[in-house]
Amino acid sequence: MVHRTRRLTAALASLTALGLVAACSSGGDGGGGDDGGAVTLTITANAISGGKNAAEADWIRDWVIPEFQAAQSEAGRDVTVEFLEEGVDDEDYKTKIALDLQSGEGADIIGIDGIWVGEFAEAGYIMPLSEVGGDAVDSWEGWDQMSDAVQSAMSFEDQRYGVPQGADGRVLYYNKELFAQAGLPEDWQPTSWEEVLEAGRSLAGIDGVIPIQLNAGTAMGEATTMQGVLPLLAGTGSEVYSDGMWNGATQGLRDALELYATIYAEEGLGDPILQQEAAGRDNSFAQFAAGEIGILLEGDYFWRSVINPDESIGTAPMANRDEIVGYTLIPAQEPGSGVEGRDFVSMGGGTGRVLNPNSENPELAWELLAFMNSAEAYSERVAGTVSITPRDDVNAEVLAGDPMLSFVSENVLPINSYRPGLAAYPQVSVALQEATAAVVDGTSPDEAAEAYEQALIGIVGEENVASGDG
Amino acid sequence: MTETRTTAAAPPPLAARVARAPRARHFVSRLLTVIGLALLVVFFGVPLAWLATAPFDSAPTLAVAWPDWTLSNFAAIGENRYAIGSFVNSAIIGFGTCVVVLVLGAFASYALSRVRIPGRDGLLYALLLLSSIVTGTAAMVPTFQLVNMLGLIDTHLAVVLVVSGGTLPTVIFILKDFMDSIPRSYEESARLYGARPWQILRDVVVPIARPGLAFVAVWTLVQVWGNFLVPYLLIRRTQQQPAAVLMYTFYTESGQADLRLLSAFALIFSIPIIVMYFLVNRRYGFRFHGGIKS
Amino acid sequence: MAGLGRFGAGAFVAPALALIGLFLVFPALWTIYLGMTDYRLTGLQAVDPSFVGLDNYEQILGDPAFWRSLRLTLVFVLASGIVGQSLLGFAIAWALRRLTGWLKSVVETLVLAAWVIPASVASFLWIALLDRRGGTLNEILGTQGTAWLIEHPMAMIIIFNIWVGTAFSMLLFSSALASVPPSQLESARMAGASGWQQLRDVVIPNIRGHILTNTLLITLWTFNTFTPYLVTAGGPNGASEILAVYIYNTAIPGGQLGVGAAISLIMLLINLVIALGYLRVGRARAARPAEATAAETAGGAATS
Repeated sequence: MVHRTRRLTAALASLTALGLVAACSSGGDGGGGDDGGAVTLTITANAISGGKNAAEADWIRDWVIPEFQAAQSEAGRDVTVEFLEEGVDDEDYKTKIALDLQSGEGADIIGIDGIWVGEFAEAGYIMPLSEVGGDAVDSWEGWDQMSDAVQSAMSFEDQRYGVPQGADGRVLYYNKELFAQAGLPEDWQPTSWEEVLEAGRSLAGIDGVIPIQLNAGTAMGEATTMQGVLPLLAGTGSEVYSDGMWNGATQGLRDALELYATIYAEEGLGDPILQQEAAGRDNSFAQFAAGEIGILLEGDYFWRSVINPDESIGTAPMANRDEIVGYTLIPAQEPGSGVEGRDFVSMGGGTGRVLNPNSENPELAWELLAFMNSAEAYSERVAGTVSITPRDDVNAEVLAGDPMLSFVSENVLPINSYRPGLAAYPQVSVALQEATAAVVDGTSPDEAAEAYEQALIGIVGEENVASGDG
Repeated sequence: MTETRTTAAAPPPLAARVARAPRARHFVSRLLTVIGLALLVVFFGVPLAWLATAPFDSAPTLAVAWPDWTLSNFAAIGENRYAIGSFVNSAIIGFGTCVVVLVLGAFASYALSRVRIPGRDGLLYALLLLSSIVTGTAAMVPTFQLVNMLGLIDTHLAVVLVVSGGTLPTVIFILKDFMDSIPRSYEESARLYGARPWQILRDVVVPIARPGLAFVAVWTLVQVWGNFLVPYLLIRRTQQQPAAVLMYTFYTESGQADLRLLSAFALIFSIPIIVMYFLVNRRYGFRFHGGIKS
Repeated sequence: MAGLGRFGAGAFVAPALALIGLFLVFPALWTIYLGMTDYRLTGLQAVDPSFVGLDNYEQILGDPAFWRSLRLTLVFVLASGIVGQSLLGFAIAWALRRLTGWLKSVVETLVLAAWVIPASVASFLWIALLDRRGGTLNEILGTQGTAWLIEHPMAMIIIFNIWVGTAFSMLLFSSALASVPPSQLESARMAGASGWQQLRDVVIPNIRGHILTNTLLITLWTFNTFTPYLVTAGGPNGASEILAVYIYNTAIPGGQLGVGAAISLIMLLINLVIALGYLRVGRARAARPAEATAAETAGGAATS
């Protein structure tokens, strides 16, 4: 015993000594300034040529940078723009830019997910745009082209922190061929959950077909929350966060989980294993494209980037997409039962770009950001693949040729709900995913809802939870 | 073989007892060995088979299948803006880490093996355990801040130093076992001829310890070659990122992998390290000495 | 001693210790400190973390998810590391010890290839192998539609980890077996000892040091390996969430870096206990009179 104690003491002593040496020897200051008249701006985004979000990366490098540099040099300024391409998992990207911002470094313009705005702002990593970029921000022409709802995706506490780079909404996709086989109408508009279930029951008769794919479980990550729990919750009229409180086991949540139970546990209208696969969402795409899924709740992204038949754009292309894929609004639980008394609901997400408060040339950085969000830039951006831009003027032009995206822009965006942009949200989202996983696994919806409330208390503290007495 | 020969030569009383049994046992055990080895080949080989077929298939799937031969997947890598450079970066980081770890590890393990410092082994174990914290994800923030304080963000050197710091305790631990097993008499005679300690290390100990150093070099390279998080967080410019980081970018917006690019890249990514292993093995062989003296 | 005085030894050790001190001990101590705060990467606690003492530890020890993760980790370490890699590695080394020629090369090459290819590639190979729809395993076994990673997640990451890591034990035991004096084996055989008896009475006592090294390193590595995350991401629903993955999920997607740091320290302490246990067992077995005296006179440093 004496032996060991002495050894441990020696070990600890040497560790401490090392620690002190290390603490003293660290020093020096990183970061280099810009020299003279030449100015360098940097842009970073989770996009990379030949990989993730390649179209955005190509656009920044091949159009934005040369055009902006040329315009600046015409004005007699020597500006170089660098693009730091990423292309990894969102969580890793978020960690990296948070570390950068925390240490007072990082690119001048940073692409971030709208849902991070709140937590980054609370941490002081980002500041309201007008505080960074100056007066030019508020007088920018672009704001008049963006609806308040679209702007809110990059806002926090009624302040604009970034410029949204797109807008999206969620719908129910359905396979018209399967619908015809099941004797269902080609032009389908369910007005309640029950009607969706009815359609699913009819589709269940077809061999090898999953009637309804409703994302669930933790493996699907945020897709479960955005394309599952939250639109359902919105359909019951309740929200995950309202009036400054997080809502616990509300009746709305119980009803939403009950729907999961009906689809997966009780009637077998969905494939519970698919939900748990690491690549479950991709597989659900592939299966829909192969005509093996009847009804799928997804965003417009699914239409333009997944089942898009155009060469090398869709990841699960459907040659006859325009003929056999139908889309329709997501019904509330009952007509009028949705948030703000809506008959139909949707969720909006969206990404955008912020200015780095540590920027050495914040005004010029804003100039670049404004340029990236000009009508001209968006027209160029969507030239290859049409998507919904945040600008009404551009949408009016470019969406005309795509009925689906026009439909989303005109009918879905106005009924969008948004996630609470708070630091605790990612953990709450995981708790919601766990609740769905439990239900799919056979736990009763009531139990899962209670467990969610307990998890919520653990995350945000009892004083911030409105207990749902259902 | 040897066994039969020795049993045959064994004295009569024993021979009577074992003469028949070993032959049958020998056959059965040989058969079992062969079956076992065949199963091993299947177990270790089947997952690897994909790496041999998919890169050469014009339309690879997840299943192993006889390829529809093409080299176009490799051409696609050439078209990727960052792919070639990423291998150069991997090589720089990998080589740098091996050099740092081998040089520092050899000096330290030799000294620790030859001189008795109180609490030496306790210190070594403590460092070994601490390395598990630093290689974990929770230490990312301190590591990043440290590198930032030193002004080393966006340098390969930062990755080399961080990975070296994390692997050195294990390297010293393995090498010290090795050094312990080298007879001191060699050094004694070298010293009689007036060699300095570092000359003894260079001219006497290192040549003997080569297999151990070779093993450690390969082990270190494996650690650093596949490391994603450290270079990803510490390096800013995309063109400076190593292959381990770039490999993760071959996913589309929805997270689906481009199998053509991925399979070809994975093969090129794996080959240098396999080749290095075989070169080192042929040249020096691998041996472990000692193990912990207990 | 070999011409290397204390001072010389210090000079030899100093560079390595300086590097370790700066890039390992310093961040590690900082991490331990973080474990006593409510620090997060973003949000209010990122600007102004407060010292919470042992609250994180209280929270972790009261969390069933931690205990599940710990249990899974112990199973994982025992099954894939101590039993799987060590035994299989030893068995291969034993089977190959007198073999030469192509079969030996093939086996060694495959085992080593699995070990040296990068983790990201290895994990993808297994995802492809075990895929529910197009996976090779289902095609071989004719079990189309079996979702191996969902139905048997722990078994799969255990097998995966055996596949990845066996080479180390194989290499170590190969050289260990080569170091067993042939004369001892010879006399055992002459005495009619069976293969098993030779193993027990001659081989194992001779390679005890190697076994200890192997077990110690394998346990530590298996405890800390993050690679299974790349195969199952800890899923489905946490069914394969070993501690390294649990830390990642808590610290990065969950954002609770303080809690993640605290779990890291708990993991270190568990490793410490296990390591001390091994050394104790190793020493107890070896405590033959002669050696014990030698160790005593040598000054009693940890394991010499």
